[in-house]
Amino acid sequence: MNNSVIVQGVSKQYGSKKQPVVALSDISLDIATGELFGLIGPDGAGKTSLFRILTTLLLADKGSATVAGYDVVKEYKAVRKIVGYMPGKFSLYQDLTVEENLHFFATIFHASVADNYHLIKDIYEQIAPFKDRRAGKLSGGMKQKLALCCALIHEPKVLFLDEPTTGVDAVSRNEFWDMLQLLKKKGITIIVSTPYMDEASRCDRVALIQNGRILQVNTPEAIISGFTQPLYAVKAPGMLSLLKQLHNTPGVLAAYPFGEYHHAVMQPGVSLPFLGKDAEVKAVTPNIEDCFIQLMQHHA
Amino acid sequence: MKQFLSFVKKEFLHILRDKRTLFILLGMPIVQIIIFGFALTNEVKNEGIAVLDLAKDQSSGELIRQMDASRYFELRAYLQNEQQIEKTFLKGQIKLAVVIPPGFDHQLRHTNKAQLQLIADASDPNLANTMVNYAGSIVQQFQSTIFPQQQAAYQIQTELRMLYNPQLKGAYNFVPGVMAMVLLLVCTMMTAITIVKEKESGTMEIMLVSPLVPFSITLAKAVPYLLLSIVNIISILLLSVYVLDVPIRGSVLLLIGMSILFTMVSLSLGLLISARSSSQQTAMFISLVGMFLPTVMFSGFMFPIENMPKPLQVISNIVPAKWYYIIVKSVMIKGVGFNAIWKEALILAGMCTFFLAMAIRNFKIRLA
Repeated sequence: MNNSVIVQGVSKQYGSKKQPVVALSDISLDIATGELFGLIGPDGAGKTSLFRILTTLLLADKGSATVAGYDVVKEYKAVRKIVGYMPGKFSLYQDLTVEENLHFFATIFHASVADNYHLIKDIYEQIAPFKDRRAGKLSGGMKQKLALCCALIHEPKVLFLDEPTTGVDAVSRNEFWDMLQLLKKKGITIIVSTPYMDEASRCDRVALIQNGRILQVNTPEAIISGFTQPLYAVKAPGMLSLLKQLHNTPGVLAAYPFGEYHHAVMQPGVSLPFLGKDAEVKAVTPNIEDCFIQLMQHHA
Repeated sequence: MKQFLSFVKKEFLHILRDKRTLFILLGMPIVQIIIFGFALTNEVKNEGIAVLDLAKDQSSGELIRQMDASRYFELRAYLQNEQQIEKTFLKGQIKLAVVIPPGFDHQLRHTNKAQLQLIADASDPNLANTMVNYAGSIVQQFQSTIFPQQQAAYQIQTELRMLYNPQLKGAYNFVPGVMAMVLLLVCTMMTAITIVKEKESGTMEIMLVSPLVPFSITLAKAVPYLLLSIVNIISILLLSVYVLDVPIRGSVLLLIGMSILFTMVSLSLGLLISARSSSQQTAMFISLVGMFLPTVMFSGFMFPIENMPKPLQVISNIVPAKWYYIIVKSVMIKGVGFNAIWKEALILAGMCTFFLAMAIRNFKIRLA
C-alpha cells in the first residue's frame, strides 16, 4: 500500500436543508506513506471536518476515504486501532496527572508505555519533570507535548494532528515541527493542519484549503516557483492609507499587508506618485505566504 | 481486561479527585433521608382541638383530660358558645372541635346513652378521618374506664390488630418510599452526567478514536458508581434504623442485595440518559425532574396505586421505584424472605438489563 490516505470526492454539509453550511465540497487527496503532509487554511476552511471524517468521527455526505487501506466508514473499527489523533482542542483528562494520562491512553490501545517509549522519548523527556502534575495545570506548550505523546504511545501508522501549534509560542512551534521531522523518520505518516502559512515550508507537501475546497496540492518549493509575477515590498508612513492608494493604482495587481511592509504584485515601472521621500520600495522574492495569499484572493 | 480495569481506575480517579462532588454524592442521600424522613409524614400528632363543654360535670372533665393527654391532640381552647366554633376553625388554631351537651354525666349514668359531637376540619379529608377515628377510640377507652364491669346484653366487640405496624407509625410507610426515591435520584444523577461530561470536555473525541467499544465504556462508567452506591445504601439503612426508628425485620443481607439490584437499575437508567443527552444540564434536568415526579407519583408510598384509574395503574408498572418499594416494605417491615419477592426482583433485573442494553445501543459511536 503506497498511499496511506486516499480521499475521493468527499463532501460535507452542516445545518438544515434550507440553510446548508458547506464544510467540504468534493475534496480529493492522496497522501503517501511516510509523508509529512500539511493541510493549510484559515479558520472555518473545513480542516477539522476533514480530519474528523478521516478519523471516523464524522460521516461524509458524499465520497469515500481510506486510511492505511481501511475504509473510514465500513472498517471504522480497524481505522480506530491504527491512527493517532490529536484534536484541536486540548482533550486529555485535566484531573489526571501527566503520567496517568499517558498510561491510560497506552492501555486502552492494548499497548504499554515501556514497549513504545522509544517513540516518545525525545518529547516525553521534556515533560518528564512534571509527570506528577495534573494535565490541567500544564502550560500550553507542555499540554501539546503531552497530547502528542498520548496520540503516539500506541505506535500509530497514521498520525492526525489538528492545529497542534495554535496558541503555542513561536519557539515551541519551532520545536514542535522539529519533533514531527523526527517522527517522520520513524516511518509514521503525519497529517497536520494549521492556519499558519509560514509552517507550510516544514511539510513535504501541502494542500491549501479554503471554504471547503482544495486550491492546490504541491510541495512547498513547487508552490513558490509557481509564483512568477514581480513582487515588491512597500513601506511608508501611514500604512493604512498607503494600502488604499495601492489598491487604486492601475498596474498594481494585488496589495496586502505583510509584516511591517505591504506586498504589492505589480509590473516593473508602475509609478507610485503618492510615495513621499521617506517611503521604501524594494523587490522581494516571494515566499509561501505570498503564494497562498494570491491563491486565496484569486479564489475568493 | 487490562483495558477495562484501566478505564475503571481512571473513573475512580475522576471521582476521588473531585472532592466537592464526592461530598455531595455521599452527603446528599443522608440529608435527603433526614429531610424527607421527617417531613414526609401523614401521622396525626398534637393536632389542636377546642372544647365546647356545655355539661361541665365530672365525666366531661375526665374525657377532656384524656383527650388532651393523648399524643394525638392538644387542647388549645375552651369555647363558650357555638358561634365561637367556626371562628376558632377559621383562625387555623384547631383541626377538631368537641361539643359536649348539657347533662352529659347524668345521661351517661342514668340512660346509658350520651351524645357527643365531633366537628372536624375536612379540608384535608384524610387527616379529618384519622382524627375522628382517634377521638372515637379515646372515647371508647374513656367508656371502659368509667364502667369497667358494665356488660351490655348483646354486644359485638371488635378487636383490631394492626399487623407489622401496630402503632401505625407513618415512618414505616414513608421510609421505604424515601429510600427508593433517594437511591433512584442519586444513582441516576451520578451516571447521567458521566458520559455526557466527556462529550462536553472533548475527551470523548479521542476515546472514540481508540479500540474501546461502547460496551466496555458504559460498563466501566458504572462500576465505580456502584461501589459508591453501596456506601450510600449502608448509610441510608443505618439512618432508617437508628434515626427514623424503622426496624429491619427480614434479612439484612437480602435487603442490601435487593438495594444493590435497584441501584443497578438506577445507574443503567442514568447511563441511558447520559448516552442520549448532549449537555450536562440536560442530563441533570432529566434525571432530577424527570425521575422525581414519576417516582413520587407512582411508587405507591404517597398515593396508593390501587386507588388510581386503570391507565395510571398500568403506567406505574414501568416505574422501577414501585417494585423496589414493594420489596423494601416486604423485607424490612413484614420480614419476608426471597421467595415472597422473587417476582419483583426479577422485574428489576429485567429493567436493569433493558436499560443497560439501551444505553449501549444509544451510545453514539461518532460525533454528531
